[in-house]
Amino acid sequence: MLSIDCPHCGQRDETEFVCGGEAPTGRPPPDASDDIWTDYLFGNANPRGPVHERWLHAFGCRRWLAVERDTVTHRILSVRDFADAIGHRP
Amino acid sequence: MSGFRLPSHPRNQARALPFRFDGRALEGRDGDTLAAALLANGAGIVGRSFKYRRPRGIVGHGFAETNALVQLGTGAGSTPNLLATRIPLTSGLEARSVRGWPSAAFDVGGIVDRLSPLLSAGFYYKTFIWPHWGLFEPAIRRAAGLGHAPVQPDGDRYEARERTCDVLVIGGGVAGMAAALAAAEAGAKVVLVEADPWLGGATGAEGASRLAAMERAVVDSPDIALMRRTTAVGYYDHNLVAACEEVDSPGLRQRVWKIRAGRCVLACGALERPLLFGGNDRPGVMLAESVRHYLARHGVAAGRRPLFVTASDSAYRAAIEAKQAGLDVVGLVDLRDAPGPLAEAVRTLGIELLVGHDAVRTRTRRGRVSGLDLLDRSRGRSIEVECDLVAMSGGWTPAVQLFSQSGGRLRYEEGIGAFVPEQSVQAERSCGAARGVLDLDACIADGRSAGLWAATGKEPPPVVRVEGERAAFRLPGAAKAFVDFQTDVTVADMQQATCENYRSVEHVKRYTVWGMGTDQGRLSAVNGIAVLAHLQGRDPGAVGTTRFRPPFAPVAFGAIAAGRPAGALFTPWKRLPAHDWHEAQGACFEDHGWLRPSHYPRGAETMAEAAARETLVVRHGVGLVDSSSLGKLELKGPDAGRFLDLVSLGSASRTAIGGARYNLLLDELGILFDDGMVARLGADHFLLTTGSAHAERTRRWLEQCLQCLWPLDLVVQDVTGLWATFTVAGPRARSVMERTGCDVDFSRDAFPHHRIRLGEVAGAEIRIVRASFTGEISFEISVRADQATSLAEYLMLCGEADEIAPVGLEGLDVLRLEKGYFHIGSDTDSRTMPGDVGFGSAVTRKPGDFIGRRSLLHPAASASRRPQLVGLQPVDPEAVVPIGAHVVGSAPRRSRGVVTSSAFSPTLGRSLGLALVEDGRAAIGSEVELWSEGRSWRARIAERTAYDPTGARLDA
Amino acid sequence: MSRRYSALALFRNSLTGNRDWDPVWRSPEPKPRYDVVIIGGGGHGLATAYHLARDFGVPRVAVLEKGWIGGGNTGRNTTIVRSDYYYPASTAFFDRSVTLYERLSRELNFNIMFSQRGMLTVAHSRAELDWQRRLVNAAQLAGVDLETVTAAEARRLCPILNDSSGMRHPIVGGMLQRRAGTVRHDAVVWGYARAADRLGVDIVQNCEVTGIDRDAVSGAVTSVRTSRGVIGCGKVGVAVAGHSSVLADMAGFRLPLRSFSLQAFVSEPLKPVLDIVVSSAVLGVYASQSDKGGLVVGGNADPYASYAQRGNMPAAEAVAAGLVELIPAFSRVRLLRQWAGIVDYAHDSSPILGLSPVPNLYLNCGWGGGGFKAIPAGGETFAHTIATGEPHPLIRAFSLDRFRSLALVDEAAAAGIEH
Repeated sequence: MLSIDCPHCGQRDETEFVCGGEAPTGRPPPDASDDIWTDYLFGNANPRGPVHERWLHAFGCRRWLAVERDTVTHRILSVRDFADAIGHRP
Repeated sequence: MSGFRLPSHPRNQARALPFRFDGRALEGRDGDTLAAALLANGAGIVGRSFKYRRPRGIVGHGFAETNALVQLGTGAGSTPNLLATRIPLTSGLEARSVRGWPSAAFDVGGIVDRLSPLLSAGFYYKTFIWPHWGLFEPAIRRAAGLGHAPVQPDGDRYEARERTCDVLVIGGGVAGMAAALAAAEAGAKVVLVEADPWLGGATGAEGASRLAAMERAVVDSPDIALMRRTTAVGYYDHNLVAACEEVDSPGLRQRVWKIRAGRCVLACGALERPLLFGGNDRPGVMLAESVRHYLARHGVAAGRRPLFVTASDSAYRAAIEAKQAGLDVVGLVDLRDAPGPLAEAVRTLGIELLVGHDAVRTRTRRGRVSGLDLLDRSRGRSIEVECDLVAMSGGWTPAVQLFSQSGGRLRYEEGIGAFVPEQSVQAERSCGAARGVLDLDACIADGRSAGLWAATGKEPPPVVRVEGERAAFRLPGAAKAFVDFQTDVTVADMQQATCENYRSVEHVKRYTVWGMGTDQGRLSAVNGIAVLAHLQGRDPGAVGTTRFRPPFAPVAFGAIAAGRPAGALFTPWKRLPAHDWHEAQGACFEDHGWLRPSHYPRGAETMAEAAARETLVVRHGVGLVDSSSLGKLELKGPDAGRFLDLVSLGSASRTAIGGARYNLLLDELGILFDDGMVARLGADHFLLTTGSAHAERTRRWLEQCLQCLWPLDLVVQDVTGLWATFTVAGPRARSVMERTGCDVDFSRDAFPHHRIRLGEVAGAEIRIVRASFTGEISFEISVRADQATSLAEYLMLCGEADEIAPVGLEGLDVLRLEKGYFHIGSDTDSRTMPGDVGFGSAVTRKPGDFIGRRSLLHPAASASRRPQLVGLQPVDPEAVVPIGAHVVGSAPRRSRGVVTSSAFSPTLGRSLGLALVEDGRAAIGSEVELWSEGRSWRARIAERTAYDPTGARLDA
Repeated sequence: MSRRYSALALFRNSLTGNRDWDPVWRSPEPKPRYDVVIIGGGGHGLATAYHLARDFGVPRVAVLEKGWIGGGNTGRNTTIVRSDYYYPASTAFFDRSVTLYERLSRELNFNIMFSQRGMLTVAHSRAELDWQRRLVNAAQLAGVDLETVTAAEARRLCPILNDSSGMRHPIVGGMLQRRAGTVRHDAVVWGYARAADRLGVDIVQNCEVTGIDRDAVSGAVTSVRTSRGVIGCGKVGVAVAGHSSVLADMAGFRLPLRSFSLQAFVSEPLKPVLDIVVSSAVLGVYASQSDKGGLVVGGNADPYASYAQRGNMPAAEAVAAGLVELIPAFSRVRLLRQWAGIVDYAHDSSPILGLSPVPNLYLNCGWGGGGFKAIPAGGETFAHTIATGEPHPLIRAFSLDRFRSLALVDEAAAAGIEH
């Protein structure tokens, strides 16, 4: 069972979290083309190897976390508060 | 039959325990396993094989057993397919062999063995094609299967527990104990799990004193938590090991442990391999180590005149111990060209030692082994040896199942003729026999080394090289040599599979079903791989193993389920704050995520009659509805309004303080997923309601937008549980509110529709929103949740003069249907966009970006044949069409839509419905066919709002 | 040498020690070039190759499998075959597949053991009954056998169902597809492989594709690079399920797929106790009993992307809990083995079939947990698509560009859980 090191709460079992899938690269502007928009909606890298994901610590601090994880070994490579990772918090 | 108890063994002094097997009354001793007791009673045949129903005897001990499967107990407590070798004997135990009718000893089905040439590997793929499989299947199914599943619910309880530790040692043999002691000495907190009730594993007589000392040290150590009768069954991610503990106390049967370890030491030991020769499956052929085990631990001799046959060194010790126990050891046959290191000791004891001989086939008398034919290779001569027990050893197979589950890579070790761990992936390390180290001193040293590593993470100097026991593999000449005793796979089957070009080890496994029995290849895997290697002209390492999977040993579903029970413990009934009050009003409840009153029947009213009455109460008088289950989120901060604009279809930021408006939430595909009211309490303070079952999901969604998309200045709080809400609805609602003594002005001009007011009633803080799901004047009154019942009682009191009555969900559903209001999730589906439910103009009117907007501008949002939500009026006004009926077009005859809501309207005196229909709005006024499971109705497509379309009643 | 399988052939071979059976397929060395290369030796890939040879007479076809054929999802599923879907496009496709399964043993001269024992999906609330009625009507209008059943009828079909006293989510009814059932998964692989091999298809195992070469000008696929050399190809069909994104990446494009571990479980063999396939979306579990006697059980996928072909305890616990709640008597029955495949899901839980952005490279993926039942129709339509260059009519709704045009076929809500 995965163990995730939440930056706010410490090492916790996967059952405390909800996986939000691959972290999108950035929400396109309102005037984006149909292709760019649908790629934002559905596009996935789905790599066999390290992937950047979003996980919510639903039964803990309720913060979204930016997690880099390997999809073959399930090793967790890094965990950060998501808002921090994209520069949303001072 | 020839098994008996050694008179000198301490087990003889233990308490006698009566038990029954296959209907026979027998006696054993306290401390016996069921298998030991059966052997002591001279039992020969304890089961039947799966395909050919050949007689089977006990072949091994502990997990090294594949034949002695029993059904224990009867009725709800009956358990199928337990290994007799792992069942501790208890007084009054009742066991039956799982295969064999009327008993294992006298099995009518045994006739099948005569047909064995026809029933070759994969024979069922080559026939049963005509006329069809269904004709043959019932007979095949009846012939298959081992024990019987109980058909009553399980009366036993199971538990799931978790623990963490610095070091987890799996296996309490000498290597495991050494590892645990070393780790504890180095300062680690250690958990040691051992499947058996006793420690020591496969250590023989020569290690007895050292074993005893280590065992004392382990038991006495405060840093080692010893868990006996606990089998590690699965190795999962991030060093989580699942283990199953046999508790067997009244009511609590098993406990599943999820153990998170800093580092693991796998000291799982090794299991002995059978030898391959003709008739090696006969009762009376056993593993040499098991013969030794029964003698040493249980004081039970499995035969009087054993013949030991070996391809490795360890059986020498077993022969010596058997002789020393007083058995008439007929001889020791070594299949190899040169004898093992204990050859002299064997001869000194007077055991005849034959070297360089092949085992050819067994002889039997009355179903049991009576002798073994040998071939002297150097002279090409056949020898017949008489014996009543063949004790065979093909070498040792390290138990690498858990290692493999952890993701580790194996390699084939020539010396011991088996696979050993090579490359770890997780924080674990194997030691002792689990990695092929078989010498006693070496095991202890290897264990210490692993324990030190596990405690410190530091690599100690390598102590032990893996040395082979010089096991040899010899492919038997006789074809009827069994590789898998349970599934009846012989060397011939593997030859056939090879002929047919099933070459991959996985193909051979699936084709022959070798290794697919309840032992999952524990006794058969390595032998099978060696056979394939020979047949294919490859190295066993190149053939490879099939994949090891959890659980190492079978675990009851009930035990696994204990970690996530499905009943009311894990998914509790959610009761409204005033639940008891509703009950006192005679409410009938229905589970909609929350337990909500569906209706309040009076006298002998049916649900439909109660709903009709409650509907009319709201239309003509005043009703009381519990709206507490609606989700409630408070948003506070300077950017709260701006945030709401970004995440919803409405424009909350343009609401005046004290105003409230309807709000829709879309996902980024523009699909509706939630609706509710947004009320503004202050410049920076908003109140958002959500659908009753949706609060958590909507809150997560808002949090995601806030944290991941827009770094705005606000907080979102779920206050659903803090507030209880009752709605007073109907033309007389205002008069009820005026009687409450609340400090709010309820008059029509002071408190119009879509407003929020804060006030006080009898000292309690209340919030009142004028919103309406019924189409009548409604006041939604919220108080602190613990005051819910008081509020309900007070409102009933205030409304007594107006004959106020409680109204349930059924009535509410009719009221909102009469107004054409939709339920998200039932009147909408995963395609429904705002334009499909009449909110298309809200999209174009709203400036600025919001979630879902870009998708709404995509051509698909305005494509033709989009399902649109419209009203339905059945031509027959009495006909209530079932929800889920389809709107059927005629040319071609296909579904054009689906009925999503349907009820009889007592207000209008006719049935009504809502439906999602392709191009529905354009079809308004036309007549269509509705169809459900062979029945048809005709209906007119109409505007959704059948009652008070202008909404005049809200402004009265 | 015995070519055709029959009871008579079994008898004859038994007289000569079962040594005269023909190889099921050859083990050819890969040729330098093929007309069509199918990447992926699972059910879909092999069925496609068979149809290419049989229906279209394509002379040089190869199936490249990185491991052993059927080693992917086809060898890891819970063997359920059904066609109770919602949208007409889905129903038409999957019912075609059920129909093909009905004839498959005879067609391939290989017993695939299609046991049409029926599938019962129980409902736990009035809302779920309403939803099922919607599904049943859609199916009946499309000519597929699906019917609603009452709670009492459900219990007659499956007497060991929880009798609901004290059940947190009582069973209030259900829906039944009588033609649905189970098929022996390995037999499907071996049956198609043997038949394809007979028609001249080269089945090349232990051959992993490591790169896809494209023409510099037209962008069309020209060859594949493998662990056994470079192989030229006129056309390529990709049928690799959970690894579809990996292959797409080699060819220079992305697929809107996510790959997950879907676990499956089998119990120890038991005497017959469950004669129907039973499923509950609310409890997140479905179960049947194999002809060897083991209960075959499945549920929802582990909720995070994975190529590991193994899952973790929480998902296993949820399935076990659902099973024990649905059929309490199974609490004492023991799990014998737990495994997992890699299932690829698109947003709408419908497959992605047909053309790719790369000329002459075709797609068969996105099956999620529902690929096994689709194999016969998948092979038939994929072969047609590859041979003609045009999507087969039955798969037009499942094209890759439906995402760009937001024309999703959302079976997710209808499915509840994957099987």
